[in-house]
Amino acid sequence: MMAEGTSPGRLIVNQETRPFLPAYLKLRHDAGRGRWVLLAPERILTPDETAVAVLKLCDGKKTVEEISEALAKDYAAPVDVIREDVLELLQGLADKGYIKA
Amino acid sequence: MSPTQTNGHFETLVVDDEPTAGVSGASPTLCALAPVGLLAELTHRCPLQCSYCSNPLELERVNKELTTAEWVSVMEQAGAMGILQVHLSGGEPTARKDLEGIVEAAAKAGLYTNLITAAVTLTRPRLEELVKRGLDHVQISFQDVDAENAERIAAYPGATQKKLDVAHWVTELGLPLTINAPIHRQNIHNVPRYIQLALELGAQRLEIAHVQYYGWAYLNRAALIPTYQETVESIEFVERERERLKGMLTIDMVVPDYYAKRPKPCMGGWGKGFMNITPSGKVLPCHAAETIKHLKFDNVKDRALLDIWLNSDAFNAFRGTEWMREPCRSCAFREIDFGGCRCQAMAITGDARNTDPACALSPYHGEMVAFARAKAAEPPKPFIYRNPRNVPNTAKPEPRPLVPAE
Repeated sequence: MMAEGTSPGRLIVNQETRPFLPAYLKLRHDAGRGRWVLLAPERILTPDETAVAVLKLCDGKKTVEEISEALAKDYAAPVDVIREDVLELLQGLADKGYIKA
Repeated sequence: MSPTQTNGHFETLVVDDEPTAGVSGASPTLCALAPVGLLAELTHRCPLQCSYCSNPLELERVNKELTTAEWVSVMEQAGAMGILQVHLSGGEPTARKDLEGIVEAAAKAGLYTNLITAAVTLTRPRLEELVKRGLDHVQISFQDVDAENAERIAAYPGATQKKLDVAHWVTELGLPLTINAPIHRQNIHNVPRYIQLALELGAQRLEIAHVQYYGWAYLNRAALIPTYQETVESIEFVERERERLKGMLTIDMVVPDYYAKRPKPCMGGWGKGFMNITPSGKVLPCHAAETIKHLKFDNVKDRALLDIWLNSDAFNAFRGTEWMREPCRSCAFREIDFGGCRCQAMAITGDARNTDPACALSPYHGEMVAFARAKAAEPPKPFIYRNPRNVPNTAKPEPRPLVPAE
């Protein structure tokens, strides 16, 4: 009864990765609670303001490096520091299956 | 630019899976007090007859079911009050011919829509239509990975192939797929193969859901409770696999609380994050709440959903910690597990205000574990299948109520 193998391997996020949110995740504003939520199968994630800023840049076209540069500019912070944060965030989400590339 | 930035680093970025995270401290608007999840039991009709079903023994009849317009109104009210996700369940939700309209109303109301289905009667054109109307996620139950045993458990010949077909369609249509594995003594040996199946089907998520003993499952405990050793081994196996399959497959596990030391925070706390609506429109704090006989439940036909949530006696009965007795009242974990499950306390101790006997601090705990071990050591009793014909057979009382320890 087994089906064809389709499962992907673990995504390792690095500077060249072009991350995106799979279509089955919905990033929306939760007006009643004054926060953003990422709606997933039987999960509700609550990204804070900065995580939302990162996720909004994950369009499958920009690389992690480009995302980090854009955020470094917006937040007036060193790109090395920002990149480290972005990588950590995205790897954590990728390990839960919420970021693809 | 951002107040959440410290020393150039971002603060903690994501909080995972907290049903009411951020709610308690939010501004006291009505919306902020709404539950995040709604379980909509659209019907109690089901082609399967699984003896582990947690539906109530008194299944609601089709002529009592809410109309399409009433369900549409429920979805609109749910979206407006700030509910985020709706789980369309049953029985078998696809037994409702108007499921498409209900899904559409839910999606329009901004709800994340999850179809929880046995999948044996779902056709591809119907699934495509549901996706078009805004369905977000599908969960399919597999009663076992061995087709013959699965079909014996569900009393439905040919179920497995149909489920596999639907699982393929779900992923082909680009929807996320959850495989639900209801685990008990008659399939617990196949937990490793369930993981394999989920990977092969391209599922995002697998629920290893050890049966919780409510409704029909409570009646069938002697056919279902696994041994302590099998339980522990399967839990350890899943924990290792979860680590190995990080990023490939999310494995959620519901552990059997008859062998637990601490109770589960049932529903994340009574009236805190979830509500359940029965096929006839009764609004319950959890799907087993009707076993607590002194509670009176309001109906969406008579009262607005938000009003029921905020003000009804049933939702306020066990909200927070005021209702608690010892050992809950002074327990350090009282706002973590909320004393466990009220319905299990009712079923086993005869009083819903007692500590859930799944907790090692409950005076009934030792008896409960001894009961589970004893039943698991005996040959399994035959299933009492979940169907309207067997309802009269359910009236027999439990042979022996448990007594508390000294």
